[in-house]
Amino acid sequence: MATKSTTAERAGAEPGRLALVCGLAWLIPGAGHLLQGRRQKGTVFLLALPLMFAIGLWLDGRLFPLEPSDPLVFLGAIANRGIGLPYFVARMMDAGLGTVTAASYEYGNTFLMTAGLLNFLVVLDAFDIAKGRK
Amino acid sequence: MVLFAFFVSLVFAVLMRDDPKQQLKTGGMMLAGFVVAAYVLGWLMYPFPL
Repeated sequence: MATKSTTAERAGAEPGRLALVCGLAWLIPGAGHLLQGRRQKGTVFLLALPLMFAIGLWLDGRLFPLEPSDPLVFLGAIANRGIGLPYFVARMMDAGLGTVTAASYEYGNTFLMTAGLLNFLVVLDAFDIAKGRK
Repeated sequence: MVLFAFFVSLVFAVLMRDDPKQQLKTGGMMLAGFVVAAYVLGWLMYPFPL
């Protein structure tokens, strides 16, 4: 009986904790891992992903708008937002307007989108750790 | 290109492996693979016009 209630409590608490871990992992790259004691992994993600995003901005990449009428732009926008807080900081600073004529424009876009997509993978990894799979 | 490959290899290596030595080995192999593949594909595309 104690095992059942313990399991039930664990199951009930789990969604909230999972949501917190995933939310934090998205918002701050690496935070999900740091929160769960995986310091080496969390630190690497905390440093590497925002740096990758910053390089994308430096290369004159563009942060795409959520434009449903243009599917590729829409998907690019989703990818951009994957990085979490750095995206919002960049938007507040009016960065990521993109210089189409710049030679490095497409490279910048690639860095920006890939940083976000990699953070999605990091969030999934944090989720797996929180579920006890890793 | 190499910088991009470095970041992608770094993140994937750290995601896939727990031991730092294994992470270094896996990341290095992935980086080498990316760079070599990029060069090979670049040369394969060379004959084709823009």
